[in-house]
Amino acid sequence: MNWINGRGLLKTIDWKLVIYYLILIVIGWVNIYASIHSSEPSSIFDPAYRSGKQFIWMGISIAGAVLILFVLNPRIYESLSLPVYLATIVLLIAVIFLGVEVKGSRSWFAFGPVSFQPAEISKIATSLMLAAVMSQSGFKLANPRNFFTVASIILVPMMIIVAQSETGSALVYIGFVFMLYREGLSGWLLFMIGMAIALFIITLTCSSYISILVLAAVTTLCNALYSDRLRQWLRIYLPAILVLGALPFLYDRLAEKISDPEAFILKIKPVYVICALAAGLIPYFAIRAFRTGSSFKWLSIASFIAGTLFTFSVDFLFHDVLQDHQRKRIEVLLGLKDDPSGVGYNVNQSMIAIGSGGLAGKGFLKGTQTTYGFVPEQSTDFIFCTIGEEWGFIGAAITIILFIMLIWRIIKDAEHSREAFTRIYGYCVAGCIFMHLFINIGMTIGIMPVIGIPLPFISYGGSSLLTFTVMLFIFIALVRNERKYF
Amino acid sequence: MKLDRTNKLLTGLAVAAAILVGKLFYIQIIDDSYKIDASNNSMVHAVIYPTRGIIYDRNGKILVGNKVEYDMLVTPKEVGEFDTLELCDILGITEEFLKAKMDEYHRDRRKIGYRSVVMLTHLPPQVFMRFAEVAYRFPGFRGQARNTRDYPFNAGGNLLGYISEVNTSDIKRNPEVYKPGDYIGKTGIEATCEEYLRGEKGYNIYLRNSHNRIESRYKDGEMDKEAIPGKDIVTTIDAGLQHYGQELMQNKVGSLVAIEPSTGEILTLVSSPGIDVEMLANIGSHYREIAENPYKPMFNRAVQSSYPPGSVFKLVNGLIGLQEGVFTPETEYPCHMGYVFGRNRLGCHDHRSPLDLEEAVMMSCNAYFCYVFRDILENSRYASVSEGLDAWNRYVESFGFGRRLGSDFPSELGGTIPDSRYYDSVYGEGQWKATNVISLSIGQGEIGCTPLHLANLCAIMANRGYYYIPHLIRGTDNVSIDSKYYEKQYTLVDTSYFPVLVEGMYRAVNSGYGSGGTGTVAAVEGLDICGKTGTAQNPRGDDNSVFICFAPKDDPKIAVAAYIEHGSFGARWAAPIASLLVEKYLNNEISPSRKALETRVMEGNLMDKVKPE
Repeated sequence: MNWINGRGLLKTIDWKLVIYYLILIVIGWVNIYASIHSSEPSSIFDPAYRSGKQFIWMGISIAGAVLILFVLNPRIYESLSLPVYLATIVLLIAVIFLGVEVKGSRSWFAFGPVSFQPAEISKIATSLMLAAVMSQSGFKLANPRNFFTVASIILVPMMIIVAQSETGSALVYIGFVFMLYREGLSGWLLFMIGMAIALFIITLTCSSYISILVLAAVTTLCNALYSDRLRQWLRIYLPAILVLGALPFLYDRLAEKISDPEAFILKIKPVYVICALAAGLIPYFAIRAFRTGSSFKWLSIASFIAGTLFTFSVDFLFHDVLQDHQRKRIEVLLGLKDDPSGVGYNVNQSMIAIGSGGLAGKGFLKGTQTTYGFVPEQSTDFIFCTIGEEWGFIGAAITIILFIMLIWRIIKDAEHSREAFTRIYGYCVAGCIFMHLFINIGMTIGIMPVIGIPLPFISYGGSSLLTFTVMLFIFIALVRNERKYF
Repeated sequence: MKLDRTNKLLTGLAVAAAILVGKLFYIQIIDDSYKIDASNNSMVHAVIYPTRGIIYDRNGKILVGNKVEYDMLVTPKEVGEFDTLELCDILGITEEFLKAKMDEYHRDRRKIGYRSVVMLTHLPPQVFMRFAEVAYRFPGFRGQARNTRDYPFNAGGNLLGYISEVNTSDIKRNPEVYKPGDYIGKTGIEATCEEYLRGEKGYNIYLRNSHNRIESRYKDGEMDKEAIPGKDIVTTIDAGLQHYGQELMQNKVGSLVAIEPSTGEILTLVSSPGIDVEMLANIGSHYREIAENPYKPMFNRAVQSSYPPGSVFKLVNGLIGLQEGVFTPETEYPCHMGYVFGRNRLGCHDHRSPLDLEEAVMMSCNAYFCYVFRDILENSRYASVSEGLDAWNRYVESFGFGRRLGSDFPSELGGTIPDSRYYDSVYGEGQWKATNVISLSIGQGEIGCTPLHLANLCAIMANRGYYYIPHLIRGTDNVSIDSKYYEKQYTLVDTSYFPVLVEGMYRAVNSGYGSGGTGTVAAVEGLDICGKTGTAQNPRGDDNSVFICFAPKDDPKIAVAAYIEHGSFGARWAAPIASLLVEKYLNNEISPSRKALETRVMEGNLMDKVKPE
């Protein structure tokens, strides 16, 4: 019983985190009641309804939190991380074969009335595993071996989750990138990942031609900045790229003028022009790189070639790798397709619900959009609509600010921690909560595609609430454990 | 603050929060469009349809009423176990049909959700009542009443018109009033009086959820709106007379129009063959049949055709001649089997010679009116025959010919009356003489008019010089009609010239058989019918039979025009039909001595003579 030792309870527990947590789960509970509430009145405690069930889960979660804070020795996490991680991987694989099918994906285990998603637990397991591995002495992220280990710790569960068709849950793992960045991951790598996403979107919304031009512009610009030749870039590269940008337009004009569709000039498509230019210029840059011996230049050339290949494969990726519903969601988000009653229906309805809330909202239980069931998944993934509709901009903004304060506090605590394990774990928790927050709320207000992941502490669902509670309170316990002695 | 990685991450966190809050601010505070969407989304306006106005005849009989039929609705979500055999028995459907329907609903269950779908339409109330008694045994099935048009009399199918679902152009023209699925009058009175008949829709406002399930009344119904029933229309039609007219005209192609001269109200307007009212109620299923009928029953001959008027038109020429002073009623002209000009002759039938005006009308002498007409054109008052013809044209148009009368038939056509420009274009300017156009004197040649024009001419004769624009809708407190229908329209011929021609018309009918009067077959004892026969050439076969008459001679109550295609002489078919209609209207029955004539008319079939286009 470790709570007897060291400094007292009141001083060591980060009460701010606990209070944010408690406020958030109460907000969730009240809004679950409001979202299910219909014309026949029912008690918020009635276990026949979701608000009552959530209340029971809140009790279980708080009991779990107490257990973590006062009973379990925080030392066990570090030693248990590997077995827990391996067990989670086994569960993740097992659920593909043994799970029940929910909305087209096999990711749930059902035990009578209780069902849970191994993907939820795997967030904790992966965080603990990462913290355990990366806090070992002599660990350097720059070391390729170490980097590879870390990458596989993250990617293995992520891939299995994608295999369960739960791409949304897998996206949360991107949140670990924040931790990696804090721990010294190269900023350039992040930049390249960002670039890849940008190229993906540009290729789908505009064309691969524009995409390659943007890539060329960015690579040359980076090179120019690196070697302090911005003026030269502005004088030569920028105009050249703008001219090339106008080429498809000129080509179309030309095609209208020339009656013969087999004319030779029309065979010279803009893409060929850019290919010819690249074929000529890349060796030239390579020679320059060889002469100066600059690894940055070599890297730029490699990135450009990789980016070009990526761009050409995006079309293939988009049409052959992504599943139908995922493709549709991306199309709707990018505005390629507009269908208010199809995939866009959810987003459209949810934006109507939130937008109709106005400044101060319609008042508790007065929402028409959410209580009358226009918004789908209103108590789970779209719970934020109820908040936005009934509590207005004030309520919605307060909720977001509470989350930001919670994440901010976790980062601050992590930074103050003397132990790498606690710090890394803290960043993992912050990253996961942030990803959930941004994706979930972003989806309800139309700045993210529809990705079905819950809003932590708020969405209805016992397994999600319990997971996040355990995740957060392990961190609080770790922090407390340190404070006890210092 | 040092910009280390932690601070960069914290900055990123703040930026992300700002993006979320900023977008929230935009959609919740700045952009109003979502608030409007929200009220549409959750409030459902359940439309209450108004009952359509009733169409009455002039005596208060219902021509078009409303009757209730039922649609059978099914809410598949609510259907439980039920006795299929019993339901089939009640509704008069086969088990296969029911099974097919239920299978279909099961297949589309996701699409249907909580909605109801229509399984059967047009169930008569008797059938529905049988179902209603045991409806509790069939959860998920319910009936929905719907109003359809009901036609108690088989009278005036062509006049009444039909209603059908609005099409996209109707909606585009009047988007506030019509929504898809609404009904609109397409033809006839249903169309012209649509504005009155349709009434105004009301609505109940409910709050619903996204499964279309109604949750509650919005503000307990205080924002609801009652439907305003359509206004009733009173027509000038006499239902009984219209029905009788249709019977007289059966198996003949042509028109029969009766007008009340003192008001211009149309008592009867038959275009034969026409549309049975039976078909109107369910026009959709008869549409092909009607469209493919070679006799074109949709074509309202009474107001849209352009027939040569024949000898009936001699009345007009006589009046113009008198007005122009080219002859007097006492003037006598010789006729020996026709009018000879140059090497040509315009033939006439055998009658005594010479004749004065009254006798010329009575015996319908062609030559007499050739002399008159030629004198009108060659009048020394006018510099040329052209000017003479144009003067004649002005007179004729004052009788309503050659233009739309302005009746309340939107489809009414104006016929044609030639002027000098027309003949200039045919013969060359100044290259024609009175003799070239001499057939106009007897209502032949380049002259076309509708049976309504002829009925109107008859009303002018009855009124001795003026008419009211013929119309079908009577003004009431609810429905106002154009003031023009209340104004006397005078012709350019002085009223003092009319009595002598009326006398001729009287003698044409009432001189007794063998006197030379052309319309003696139309005589009815005590009714003092005045009439004028016409036999108009029809290049497609036998002549058209024409007759106009009014009665009684003093204080006329009815003016009739009958125009029977390929009916031979005017006295053969048109005169009996018109006189029977007059007799029916004034005496309410046909005298025994004329029963044989009535039978002959009713049984007469001229359809073989008509070559459909």
